[in-house]
Amino acid sequence: MQGFAARHPFWALVIIVVAAALIWLVFAPWPDALEDLIGRKKVFLNAVIGGITLGALYFLVAAGFTLIFGLMRNVNLAHGSLYLVGGYLGFEVAEATGLWLLAFPVVFVIVGAFGLLLQNQVFRRMEGEELRQTMVTIGISVVMADLMLWIWGAQSYTLITPEWIAGPATLPIISAVKSNGELVYLKFPAVRVAIFFAALVIGVAMWLVLNRTRLGMLVRAGVDDRDMLQASGVRIQYVFLAVFAFGAGLAGMGGIVGGTFQSLTPGEDTRYLLASLVVVIVGGMGSIPGAAIGALIIGLSEQIGVVYAPTYSVVFTFLIMAVVLAFRPQGLLGARL
Amino acid sequence: MSLAERRVEREPTAIDRIPAPVWALAAILLTMPAYANDFILFQVMGWTFILGTIALSLMFLAGYGGMVSLIQMTVAGLAGYMVALFGNSGIESLSLFLPWYVYIPLAIVIAAIFGTIVGALAVRTEGIYTIMITLAIASAFFYFSRQNYSIFNGYTGFNLVIPPDLFGVDWRQPVAFYYLSGGVALLAYLAVVYVSRSPFGLALQGVRDNPRRMAALGFNVTAHRIAAYTFAAVIAAFGGILLVWQNSQISPGTSGIPAVIDILVIAVVGGIGRPIGPFIGALIYVLLRTFSPDVLTALDLSGERFKTVIGLGFLIIVFWSPDGVLGLWDKWRAARDKAEDPLRRRAK
Repeated sequence: MQGFAARHPFWALVIIVVAAALIWLVFAPWPDALEDLIGRKKVFLNAVIGGITLGALYFLVAAGFTLIFGLMRNVNLAHGSLYLVGGYLGFEVAEATGLWLLAFPVVFVIVGAFGLLLQNQVFRRMEGEELRQTMVTIGISVVMADLMLWIWGAQSYTLITPEWIAGPATLPIISAVKSNGELVYLKFPAVRVAIFFAALVIGVAMWLVLNRTRLGMLVRAGVDDRDMLQASGVRIQYVFLAVFAFGAGLAGMGGIVGGTFQSLTPGEDTRYLLASLVVVIVGGMGSIPGAAIGALIIGLSEQIGVVYAPTYSVVFTFLIMAVVLAFRPQGLLGARL
Repeated sequence: MSLAERRVEREPTAIDRIPAPVWALAAILLTMPAYANDFILFQVMGWTFILGTIALSLMFLAGYGGMVSLIQMTVAGLAGYMVALFGNSGIESLSLFLPWYVYIPLAIVIAAIFGTIVGALAVRTEGIYTIMITLAIASAFFYFSRQNYSIFNGYTGFNLVIPPDLFGVDWRQPVAFYYLSGGVALLAYLAVVYVSRSPFGLALQGVRDNPRRMAALGFNVTAHRIAAYTFAAVIAAFGGILLVWQNSQISPGTSGIPAVIDILVIAVVGGIGRPIGPFIGALIYVLLRTFSPDVLTALDLSGERFKTVIGLGFLIIVFWSPDGVLGLWDKWRAARDKAEDPLRRRAK
């Protein structure tokens, strides 16, 4: 990222202008002409903030995916199944104990342990055979999807939001000005705000671990050159295990989050797998900041698309991916292929 | 020189070189309507030929081009949709009821263009990236076709899509459909074999093995790969048209994610080394899909768990024989030949 503005003055300018326009759109009261053109500000704000929180959820799911991919060159197409199984398990735990928060550590441990098992028993046996690993993950996702359908059936589940984050939160953003000059502030479901901050905390924590600790150093070195890291005496299998377990656990926790503010149904696994795929394709494979940016772009485009062009919201996502592929095949923040 | 000339009476022709098992297979397939019931002909064999044809297009890309594309079922689905849209269907407000000699070529051309565009995007990447990108596009198509009502008629899709009444034959009759799908499958198979031996196919295999060397030799690597996508799209389109006629309906689920994955499963289980592999895989898949509910019910398990059976079978194949059933066959033959090797002094 360093020196981006110096190397690409034009694109830096475009980014600054777009960012400034967005900030103005979010914080300034809209003039009437603009409201006539694209509707009320409240609708737009809800779409934007909904997009940001959806992006936060996508980030939770895609971060593990991109990390696993970057380090092990393993496209884990069972990642969506890990998400869904995490959601179902979280639902069971929350139902049984009545504690929503307890579901997170329990699911993280269980799904992470499952990830350990996968990495140690399955992927280690076919190291370096990327295509075969991918096929195996497809097989696993097919079997898991059917087993989950068996256990939990086809109905949809929703985790009950605990009281302390249920209800609306008032955001310091002006959504409209009343005729008497009073400012109306935007109200938004508190649970979504909580999710956004949770994703922010996890993202920053991941960044800190990756950039400030010894383990993070090993992971980054592994992403850059796995063979050299192994040759310098690091027990790379342990690093693999740790990363796979962490990524799987993160996907499982994503399932709880998704199950709380959306719902859990069969088929959600492929939806989140697709989202993760698109996010890492757009953001760049193996890059955590890339996953964050990709998740934000995809979440925003989906939500804004749903509001302003309901039929074609999926196509926006796809178009963004196609454009990124056409002009920057390695993704926005990806290293050269 | 003269000795050799006298000994060879006649060059063996192409027909002489066809091995006996192929003749036997052809005889069985040709005479099948005489002793198989309608269910076997229409559901089992017809479906096998169709899925085999679509998986064959994936085999062509993966085996000769080294590109595992998950877009083939989507291309087939698009061709099916175009047949319903330009031809006849129960949705009279959308279908255009054009004559068959217009809508069939139109459907194939549109599917080929779509396949080419996707290919042009996908060839910018390699290996597992290709899987990811084609899977993403396939999902996007699925969601788009589910939400779009002006072309794809959304959730419900098209029903009552029937083949044209050519030559006074009702092509949905089991026997007629058996020969129709079998004939298309055979033509697709021969086309793939022919193309794989043509200069284009050989160059494509060269590109698969070493793109840099082929580029250095002056071949346009990207163009070869995109052309392979176009060819595969045409084959998949034929399969898709037959599929919509067999089911007489098409909906977003026809080319949904599970269907896309199934095509990959079929190709991999059969073996992507040779064009016959996808048909073997399709036969195994269809047999499992058709009869495993009965077997599972007989074992006191829920008949709906056939997906688990198929998935586990796929996992086992990928684990122990990455080249599919054909790979197992080759291994068995190699083991037999080795056992007979006199130099190793092993008894039979």
